[in-house]
Amino acid sequence: MESIIVQTLTGKRRLKKVKFGHVMLVIGMLALVCFTALPLVAMICRAFMPLDELYLYPPRIIVRKPTFSNFADLLNSLNASDVPFTRYIFNSILTTGVTVFLSIFVSCAGAYGLAKFKPRGSATLFAIITAALMFSTYVTQIPNYLIVNGLGLVNSYWALILPKIAVAYNFFLVKQFAEQLPDSILEAARIDGAKELYTFWHIAMPLLKPAWSTLAVFSFVSNWNDYFSALVYINKDAMKTLPLALQTLAGGAGVVARSGSVGAATLLTTLPTIIIFCIMRGKVMQTMTYSGIKS
Amino acid sequence: MKQIVKRKEKGPISQMDRRKTIVGYMFMTPFLILFVTFTLIPIFVAMGLSLTNYNLIQSPGFVGLTNYMNLILEDDVFLTSLKNTLLFALLTGPTGYFASFFMAWLITLMNKGRGAFALAFYAPSLTSGVAMSTIWLIIFSGDRNGYLNNFMLKLGVILEPILWTKDANYLKWVIVIISVWMSMGTGFLVFLAGLQNIDPSLYEAAKVDGMKNRFQELRYITLPMMKPQLLFGAVTSVTNAFAIFDVATSVAGMPSPNYAAHTIVAHLYDYAFIRMNMGYASSVAMILFIMTFIIGRICFYVFRSED
Repeated sequence: MESIIVQTLTGKRRLKKVKFGHVMLVIGMLALVCFTALPLVAMICRAFMPLDELYLYPPRIIVRKPTFSNFADLLNSLNASDVPFTRYIFNSILTTGVTVFLSIFVSCAGAYGLAKFKPRGSATLFAIITAALMFSTYVTQIPNYLIVNGLGLVNSYWALILPKIAVAYNFFLVKQFAEQLPDSILEAARIDGAKELYTFWHIAMPLLKPAWSTLAVFSFVSNWNDYFSALVYINKDAMKTLPLALQTLAGGAGVVARSGSVGAATLLTTLPTIIIFCIMRGKVMQTMTYSGIKS
Repeated sequence: MKQIVKRKEKGPISQMDRRKTIVGYMFMTPFLILFVTFTLIPIFVAMGLSLTNYNLIQSPGFVGLTNYMNLILEDDVFLTSLKNTLLFALLTGPTGYFASFFMAWLITLMNKGRGAFALAFYAPSLTSGVAMSTIWLIIFSGDRNGYLNNFMLKLGVILEPILWTKDANYLKWVIVIISVWMSMGTGFLVFLAGLQNIDPSLYEAAKVDGMKNRFQELRYITLPMMKPQLLFGAVTSVTNAFAIFDVATSVAGMPSPNYAAHTIVAHLYDYAFIRMNMGYASSVAMILFIMTFIIGRICFYVFRSED
């Protein structure tokens, strides 16, 4: 511990002074990262393992002879149901895409309206939205089901989209970011005679880009992975999204013969969120800087 | 701006003020309609329903606090789910939270490889619990082919393979480990951003003032400066920690052996969407709501900013 204590701010001096502490910290970090990364490595490898390697004893984590046959099996086979796997991929892409898209506009417009116009009652409203950060969607699931059911939307794509557009978390992120946009630019646009909608669309939206890119990432991740909504609202096979479909695929009879396909399906379900995060990482970091709550 | 201020002083509602309010609310309308419909009203509807015996078929009848009484006094499975949820939340929430902070803190001290470490650490938060459960079931498989059993047999720690996901005693801890894994990145990005945003001159100034080491720095500069981020991270990790469901059901099944992986959300799902007892299930939802809300409020108090 002593060695950590004498660390200084500049990296170079730290390295020279405290070899031992540095090494211990790196070991600690590596252990943590191994814990987080190993299951993912296993997941990626299993997607490419030929069937004989999947059932090899002793079991292996790293794939020896990678193959794409699992993906071919998954996409070709119709298995028990008559719904091709591509349909589930389509369902997931469609519902997630539309939700993210609508959530961006609705949250940005709302956050812009609140942060830049400060209408009367906005403080109370923001307090309510912040409070809504403190409970999970499960709490409102039953009334939401009654509403969706009442609207006749059960087993439709809208059931997976509509309740998830206006999310407190998304609104909160954009609002905190919008707060620090300079009013002067927006004022200038108004003096030029630009209409409010024009100002919002052509001036505020580009300035808010880091915020809504981040929203896009988080919204994509949570909707893509959302299992509960589909579980509650969808009971038709053809309308299922990936997590629900994967669960069906991974359970039940004949699962041993399907384990290659399950591996491939797991990878297909997991990879998109990781890729999107990698692409958008810079924007996300820029937004998260403003995400704190001052109570 | 000056003009607006002057007008404000004159009367309670100026022309400018009214215009701003109208335009502001115009922008907020789409969000507010959806937020009120799917979040705000549902909270009150859930409160109301929890006092009824609504079952989707007959119209709801008022039963007072009967649902709550039954939950606490008669429903042993609920008490099990409550105990499990508290155990899971208590172990996963703080672990994920502190590991995230520790990792973010270390990564900002690094010179190279920040991106790779950050991604490797954050990736679990991006995955689907249901998808990953196919891998967990292989890792914790009860035969010799399971990764964990195989590894432990090789080390000689155990002589017989352990039925990790079938034996109620082990199952609970398997769920804890998986939930900890999933919760690793909660708050991580917020912390990382907060740490990178602290003005380096503060540290320089503190050094001049006799700040001795990195832990003093952490205690007197970093943590106080990061209160807003710490609060945001805490609120999200509380909400997540109490909402464990996907992983538990897909790894342990529903109902799980001896209800060892039964959580409040699982109980809610069971009564609402399998037994269609919406009134009773709403009282379960309200208990979840009250717990997360109280703990969230405590977080607000602990991390309040003094300005």
